[in-house]
Amino acid sequence: MDLRRIMETVNMIDNENLDLRTTTMGISLLDCIDSDSDRACQKIYDKITTKAENLVKVARELETEYGIPIANKRITVTPISLIAAASGDSDYVKYAVTLDKAAKAVGVDLIGGFSALVHKGYQNGDRVLIKSIPQALKETERVCSSVNVGSTRSGINMDAVKEMGQIVIENEKINPLNNGNLVIFCNAVEDNPFMAGGFHGVGEGDVALNVGVSGPGVVKTALEKVKGESMDVIAETIKQTAFKVTRMGQLVGQEASKRLGVDFGIVDLSLAPTPAQGDSVANILEEIGLESVGTHGTTAALAMLNDAVKKGGIMACSHVGGLSGAFIPESEDAGMIAAAEKGILTVDKLEAMTAVCSVGLDMIAVPGDTPAETISAMIADEAAIGMINNKTTAVRVIPVPGKDVGDSIEFGGLFGYAPIMPVHKESSAAMINRGGRIPAPVHSFKN
Amino acid sequence: MRAILTTVGQDKTGIIAGVSSFLAEKDINILDLSQTIMNGYFTMMMVVDVSDEADFSALSTELKELGKKLGVEINIRNEKMYAAMHELGGGLE
Repeated sequence: MDLRRIMETVNMIDNENLDLRTTTMGISLLDCIDSDSDRACQKIYDKITTKAENLVKVARELETEYGIPIANKRITVTPISLIAAASGDSDYVKYAVTLDKAAKAVGVDLIGGFSALVHKGYQNGDRVLIKSIPQALKETERVCSSVNVGSTRSGINMDAVKEMGQIVIENEKINPLNNGNLVIFCNAVEDNPFMAGGFHGVGEGDVALNVGVSGPGVVKTALEKVKGESMDVIAETIKQTAFKVTRMGQLVGQEASKRLGVDFGIVDLSLAPTPAQGDSVANILEEIGLESVGTHGTTAALAMLNDAVKKGGIMACSHVGGLSGAFIPESEDAGMIAAAEKGILTVDKLEAMTAVCSVGLDMIAVPGDTPAETISAMIADEAAIGMINNKTTAVRVIPVPGKDVGDSIEFGGLFGYAPIMPVHKESSAAMINRGGRIPAPVHSFKN
Repeated sequence: MRAILTTVGQDKTGIIAGVSSFLAEKDINILDLSQTIMNGYFTMMMVVDVSDEADFSALSTELKELGKKLGVEINIRNEKMYAAMHELGGGLE
């Protein structure tokens, strides 16, 4: 093979932060349902520790053999609200503790699926699970929680939107960092390998291995070589780069599933940034020609980036899934942090950006005195964007007690830090307190 | 397994000799080799045949140590990695 191509790959890994962001094993817990919650928890623990026993070992083998870092090894499970409902328990903290213990036993970083799907209404298990979230996140380290409050097919459950604003505030009182492990979705996907929003959907097989690729640094470097060229050239360059990055994910995912003896699920094509220098989606947008992310033109540049990543990635792998696009977390991206600190990147602009990229308001730190209804209203806005645009949107918002605009919060590690962003002071309470449901949009009636 | 070994660093005498005698000691056959000066650095690629029984992790660590001794960066990766990235259908089953 051409030496230049080989060195291009070597440079991507050694100098441009290319890694496989996550290998995530999805495990169905439907066969662990039991009316006795102790028995159910034992079955859950046994199934996870059996199926995922070799996940970390195989991931490490592949890291060595292919010379590519695999940043995270994770597990997703069936939403616990469905598994625990049969038990009649009044809280599900026990299930969360079991997931945490199992995650530690097999050595994975995070386990997702302390989740409920309430986009059209609550079953009893959903009510109990949502009420258990603050205590569950308090008592565990690796458990991630998510709640789906809306969908294009069924509209938005405004009762759930209201309740989730209150849950975020309850988490804030216990430990504001716990909100980093809680995602509130519209149109949640069943095969998301990324956290904190990953869960293993009921339509999935018994066990599947999903992978999430990364690569903002690689895209940025590729764009540095086409300075001054038209947007057509920029889009084409991103496509070709996304192809290469995704191919790496397909290869490693395929090998991992073969060695683990499980089905290979999907590759998630998301450009997931980290706070590391040069590993930023914001810096890509700036390389395209914006003085700072957040200024006029940001939405257009992001729309093109997101689309080009998908076009390149789809050709590169057999099954695309998960969220697939560009992530724009405030905290995990050095460029986003810088723009937020200068006040150029605002929550309003981020909201517009979420209409054209893969996720939503992610890891947004807001003042500690933000009312629950305002959080709910932010969730409602994001859910509306997802519902109308037929896409996944999410909110992971972190009110920080005693802090205001100008302060920041440190998350540590891959999560970086986030400056507190201003939110509108005018109340949304009367609307949120109405509750009920926003009906499904007219374009959902496709049958 | 066919693997690709890359060596990058300041050019000086003994790099090729150092790497190839290490591989000979380990009974690893070199199938192909090319080298050039890229961006001012000595850059070499070897396609090698590593026995399936070999401890790839230990080999990779020893090569990194050899690189330190020779003052260059040495990496070894499964060849499929490069094929998957740069060839349509490459490296995949």
